[in-house]
Amino acid sequence: MSEAAYNFAYLDEATKRMIRRALLKGLAIPGYQVPFASREMPMPYGWGTGGVQVTAACLTPEDCLKVIDQGADDTTNAVSIRKFFERTAGVATSEHTAAASVIQTRHRIPEQALTERQILVYQVPIPEPLRFLEPRESETRKMHALEEYGLMHVKLYEDIARHGAIATSYAYPVRVEGRYVMDPSPIPKFDNPKLGGMAAIQLFGAGREQRIYAVPPYTRVVSLDFEDHPFEASKAAHDCDLCGAAHSYLDEVITDDKGGRMFVCSDTDFCAMRRAEGHVGRLSPKGAAA
Amino acid sequence: MPNPMILIENVSKRFTLHNQNAAVIPVMTGAQMRVEPGECVALTGQSGAGKSTLMRMIYGNYLAASGSILIGGLDVVRASPREIIRLRRETLGYVSQFLRVVPRVPTRTVVAEPLLALGHGEAEAHARAEELLKMLNIPERLWSLSPTTFSGGEQQRVNIARGFAHDYPALLLDEPTASLDGANREVVLQLIERAKARGAAIVGIFHDEAARKRVCDREIDVTGFTPRKAA
Amino acid sequence: MTLHRTINLDLDSPLLRVEALTKLYGARIGCADVSFDLYPGEVLGIVGESGSGKSTLLSCLAGHLACDEGRVLYRNRDVVTLSEPERRLLSRTEWAFVHQNPRDGLRMGVSAGGNVGERLMAVGARNYAAIRASATDWLGRVEIAAERIDDRPRQFSGGMQQRLQIARNLVTSPRLVFMDEPTGGLDVSVQARLLDLLRSLVRDMGLSVIIVTHDLAVARLLADRLMVMKDGRVIEQGLTDQVLDDPQHAYTQLLVSSVLQV
Repeated sequence: MSEAAYNFAYLDEATKRMIRRALLKGLAIPGYQVPFASREMPMPYGWGTGGVQVTAACLTPEDCLKVIDQGADDTTNAVSIRKFFERTAGVATSEHTAAASVIQTRHRIPEQALTERQILVYQVPIPEPLRFLEPRESETRKMHALEEYGLMHVKLYEDIARHGAIATSYAYPVRVEGRYVMDPSPIPKFDNPKLGGMAAIQLFGAGREQRIYAVPPYTRVVSLDFEDHPFEASKAAHDCDLCGAAHSYLDEVITDDKGGRMFVCSDTDFCAMRRAEGHVGRLSPKGAAA
Repeated sequence: MPNPMILIENVSKRFTLHNQNAAVIPVMTGAQMRVEPGECVALTGQSGAGKSTLMRMIYGNYLAASGSILIGGLDVVRASPREIIRLRRETLGYVSQFLRVVPRVPTRTVVAEPLLALGHGEAEAHARAEELLKMLNIPERLWSLSPTTFSGGEQQRVNIARGFAHDYPALLLDEPTASLDGANREVVLQLIERAKARGAAIVGIFHDEAARKRVCDREIDVTGFTPRKAA
Repeated sequence: MTLHRTINLDLDSPLLRVEALTKLYGARIGCADVSFDLYPGEVLGIVGESGSGKSTLLSCLAGHLACDEGRVLYRNRDVVTLSEPERRLLSRTEWAFVHQNPRDGLRMGVSAGGNVGERLMAVGARNYAAIRASATDWLGRVEIAAERIDDRPRQFSGGMQQRLQIARNLVTSPRLVFMDEPTGGLDVSVQARLLDLLRSLVRDMGLSVIIVTHDLAVARLLADRLMVMKDGRVIEQGLTDQVLDDPQHAYTQLLVSSVLQV
C-alpha cells in the first residue's frame, strides 16, 4: 500500500534524524522547548504539521498508529493524518488505544491509562506558555533560562480577578519536574493530572513555531495555581449519556433547537469500549444493555 | 573659653560670572565671628553689604572661597553634602524670607516635616506643628491647605513655625519679624527668647531695630568684611 | 507612623559606589569618568540637557547598558561583572526602575492589580488574597481608588499611569530606585501631586533614589544632591540648593539662569 515514491513515513532520513535528535534533547531536558528545522508538510499549518513530523520520526514499520482529534478517531483531521501514514509508511492503524504503539493526538489525552510501550504525540499550536503576556521571544527564552516564572501567575491572577476563579480551562500551564513551565497544548485542564507520572513517553511538536518538547515517563508535572485558588481538573457535572461513565471528559452535543442536549465521552474509543462491556447511559437505546 | 556653637574664621567669598566675561566679584574677605550657645548675634550693615551672603554660607547654601565655618564642630566649607544634610536636619535651622514647599502639601505637614525627617512619629510631629500654628495665629481651617496660596504674612508665619518645630542647637533667622503685625511679632520674639534660654546659638538679620535690641546680645557689622576696592 | 528604614542597612556606608564609569558609543562619549557614592536614604539628581549623557549613565547604573570602564559597587558587589541572573534578580527585588513613559514600565494588557502584584509573584508570592491585599494597599498609597484595581492601565490618565508604575516598582520595598524623568510629560498640577507622593515615599521607606531630570525645579524639590552633566562628563556636583543658588561652573550658571522664574 505504501507509495513507493516516498521515503518511509514521508520525511527523508536526514530530516528524521534531525527531529530525533531534537526529541532526545527534549527528553533529556523535560519541558524545554528545543528548536528544530520544521519542514513544509503536505497539509496546512494548524492541521498538526508538528505532530506529524514527530510521529514520522518515531514510526517504525512494526508500529501501530492511532490518531485522535479532540478524543475522536473519526474526524477529518484524524482520518486524514491516519490515511497519510497508511500511504506513506504503510504502518498498521487502529482506533483502539490499547492496540496502538504510537498515538498522535490533537487536544486530548486518552482516558485509558497508557503504558511504557506507547508514545503519545501532541500537536501544539503555540508552544510558548509565556507568550500571552510577553511577546518578545528573546525575553521569554531568558525567562525560561532563569526560571523567572512570576508572569505565569500574573496570567492566573488576571483570571481570578476577572472571573472569580482560574478560568483557563485548556492549555493550562504546568511546571515539569520542578523546572520548566510548559504549555501542555490545548488539552482540557481535566487531562492535566494525566500528564504527571505517565508511563508512556509524551512528545510535543509545534510545526509552525518550530519547537519540540517532551515529558519522559514518570515525570512530575504540576499544574500552576495559588494556595487559596488550587488547581481543579474540572469537567461537565454529568455522566456520559451513552456509556454512563462518571469520570471521563465529556463533549456537549446540541440535539435539537429546543434546548435539548446530551453529554458524551469525548474519547470515542473509550466510550465504545465501555458500551461493548455493557455499560449504559441515560440515552442508551432500551434493551441495549446485555 | 567654652566651645562656641558657631565659629567662623577668615571666610571669603567671590562670585565668578562665567557668562559675563568671567567677571570675578569679590564680596567678602576675612569674615570672623563666634556664637556661644544661648547667644543671639545680629548681622548688620547696609543692604548689599553681605549679611545674607554670610548667612547663606553658614547654611552651606553658598560655597565659601576660603576659611572655615564650624557649626558644632563640622566645617561647612569642607563638609560633604551628606554631612551638611545631616547638620541641617539635626543641628542647624534656618528661617528664610521665602517659603519654598512642594505644592499641595498641607500646612500642618509642611511645619511637621523637620520632625518627621528626624524620625518623630506623625502624631507627635503634627501635634507640635499645630501648637506652633496656633501660637502664630494661623486659623485652623487653613492647616489642611497648602501654604502656596497664603498671603505673604501667613507664609512667613508658616515658615517660622517650620523653623521652630525642632529645637535646633543653632538657628539662622533672616528677617523673622518682617511683614508681621504686632501680636505675631511678639510671638516670634518670644520664640527666639525661648530658643536662647534652652541654649540655641542664633544668628539673625533684623531690620526691625526694636526687635534686634530686645533679643540680640551682640551686633556684627559685616561691612568690616567687605573687600577693599582695588586702587 | 515612625520612620521606616530597610533593615540590616548600614546607614553610614554607601549603598552604591560608582568609580570612573565610562561608556563609549564608538568614538563618541556616552558618559565618561563618572564617580560618586550614594548613601541609604539619599536622593541624587542628575541634571543636564538632552544628550548630556544622563540617561546613558542611568542605563549603565541600572545594568541596562554595559559600560566600557569603571566599577559600580552595590553593597560592595560589583554589578558590572554580576551574572545576568543575579542582576535580573536584583532588579526585581532590591532595585526598581521608573520610566519616563509609563507604557515602558507597565504591562498595558494587565489589570492595575496584576501590574502591582507581578513583582510579588516574581519573588514567589502564591497566595491570591495576600497579593490582592498588597496591591490594594499600594494603589491606596499612590492615591488610586481601590475599585480601579481590575481596570487596565490604558483606562487611566497619564498621571495615574505614572503613579501605578511607581506602585508596581515599590511593592517589594526596593532599596535603590532609578527614575528617568518621572514627571516629564505630565501636566504641572499632576506633577506637583507626583512630587509630593515621591517625597513622602522616599522619606517613609528610606529609599535611595537616582533621578534623571532636566527640570531644575523637580531636582530642587526631590534631590538632596545634584550632579550636573555636560557632554558625558560630570562638571559640577554638590548639595542641591548650593549647586542651584551658587553654581560654580560656567555651564551650570547658564543652565540655572536659563530657567524662567515664576
